[in-house]
Amino acid sequence: MSALTREKAEGLIEEVLSAYPESLRDERKKHLMVNDPSLEQSKKCITSNRKSQPGVMTARGCAYAGSKGVVWGPVKDMIHLSHGPVGCGQYSRAGRRNYYVGYTGVNTFGTMNFTSDFQEKDVVFGGDKKLAKIIDEMEMLFPLNKGISVQSECPVGLIGDDIEAVTKKSSAAIGKPVVPVRCEGFRGVSQSLGHHIANDTIRDFILERELDEKFSTSPYDVAIIGDYNIGGDAWSSRILLEEMGLRVVAQWSGDGTLAEMKRTPKVKMNLLHCYRSMNYISRHMESKYGIPWFEYNFFGPTKIAESLRAIAGHFDDRIKEGAEKVIAKYQPMVDAVNAQYLPRLKGKKVMLYVGGLRPRHVVGAYEDLGMEVVGTGYEFGHNDDYDRTIKEMGDATLIYDDVTELELEHFVTKIRPDLVGAGIKEKYVYQKMGIPFRQMHSWDYSGPYHGYDGYAIFARDVDMTVNNPCWKNMQAPWKRS
Amino acid sequence: MPKVILRRQGDGSLTCYVPKKDLEGKVASLEFNEDDRWGGRMVLEDGTALFIEPMKAPPIFPVEMRVSRG
Repeated sequence: MSALTREKAEGLIEEVLSAYPESLRDERKKHLMVNDPSLEQSKKCITSNRKSQPGVMTARGCAYAGSKGVVWGPVKDMIHLSHGPVGCGQYSRAGRRNYYVGYTGVNTFGTMNFTSDFQEKDVVFGGDKKLAKIIDEMEMLFPLNKGISVQSECPVGLIGDDIEAVTKKSSAAIGKPVVPVRCEGFRGVSQSLGHHIANDTIRDFILERELDEKFSTSPYDVAIIGDYNIGGDAWSSRILLEEMGLRVVAQWSGDGTLAEMKRTPKVKMNLLHCYRSMNYISRHMESKYGIPWFEYNFFGPTKIAESLRAIAGHFDDRIKEGAEKVIAKYQPMVDAVNAQYLPRLKGKKVMLYVGGLRPRHVVGAYEDLGMEVVGTGYEFGHNDDYDRTIKEMGDATLIYDDVTELELEHFVTKIRPDLVGAGIKEKYVYQKMGIPFRQMHSWDYSGPYHGYDGYAIFARDVDMTVNNPCWKNMQAPWKRS
Repeated sequence: MPKVILRRQGDGSLTCYVPKKDLEGKVASLEFNEDDRWGGRMVLEDGTALFIEPMKAPPIFPVEMRVSRG
């Protein structure tokens, strides 16, 4: 039973498009589709990874956000310098809740903000001397850092500073990797290019130069790739893999270290969670070191069991047995969660608009709770993401790419889902409209949501939001009669 | 001359990834797929045709190569 019929969904798209001027209408039309799971390829029905149109509100980020905020930022024992004006670093500081263990400011630097604080004179005369000085200063103040990455902000690219030359010199002087990352915000159409640039710098400056040759391997070594440990996600994934007998030697990059990255080319298999942000490095390691990679999904018990079995399928019988044991061990817990929350959540409708892997990965978790996802979309997905999404979503559901505020608001007011999951920019708009909302970029300050432990927290949070009595009291008492 | 990555899936089929286009597609047909001759015209599932310069032996997968339009 679907909440939407094909005609109704197509009607919704037509309605929302009629608000646009003609040229914009043609462009936006390509980004909205009604799903048909029998399709093999998305590119004939949906266009993605295109420049956002001027005049519409987009929720996208920039290349700097993709590199500093997503890929490099969580590497905890390196200092990530936001090279440019102070704002980019300060407003993105610690917002993504990439948890880690360590002493902040001593041997880990995840939640700190390092910036070169560009002033007018640095833009006029160039910031290279300042950069060299800052690197020396950071090395003096924080001697336990394992390396430095220089994350360029827009002005650095605009004035043409040669950060590569400075970092090369500094790297030799301090004897640690200093990585220049050319992730100026104006590059590309969204944060997606930042992921790619960051992946390429890891390849060029870490994997090509800094391999850990002494690391002793085992036949069960795996790396978790593309898990950023938001609210502890990577930890609740890691224990499942370890319980089934695998040895997790690296986490990329949530709670990850430089040493872990250096030894990753020695693993037997890369387990890829966020396909969008780290498929590049996985493909590189596959072609250069012959390490196969496998996409898994640790949201919701159905997908977890499926993924654990599929991962085990690449290893010997010991691991296969281990996987079955893990699934059996957690089954009572899953049953208890379902017994408690399924009756309260059954049949509720959800709409999602997030980034990376979640628009398709979390669908299974909602379905496990008896809920139905009626619309989903990516901020910065590419064709290959939509290929995978079409199969996950039901028939006649809405799929929207880089959806504008106008479109999403229209869809939500017309469909009236029981829950909307999107980012902080949407959160208060929908809550004020009286629609239960969760901020699904950093799990609304909760988490973890990965793994079996995460499923229990996820179910509790969804129930807490959907069945909250406050949504009935959105109207002022004197207007109620 | 797009650069592509060819990899063998678990079930033995080939997939072709075109990084510039984010196109990931199964290889529907390959002209020469023998031990002593490999390459030629390759058609992806969605109809995209590419041409691989025929080689003497199949490469070791995954492999990154330049191909031309078929």
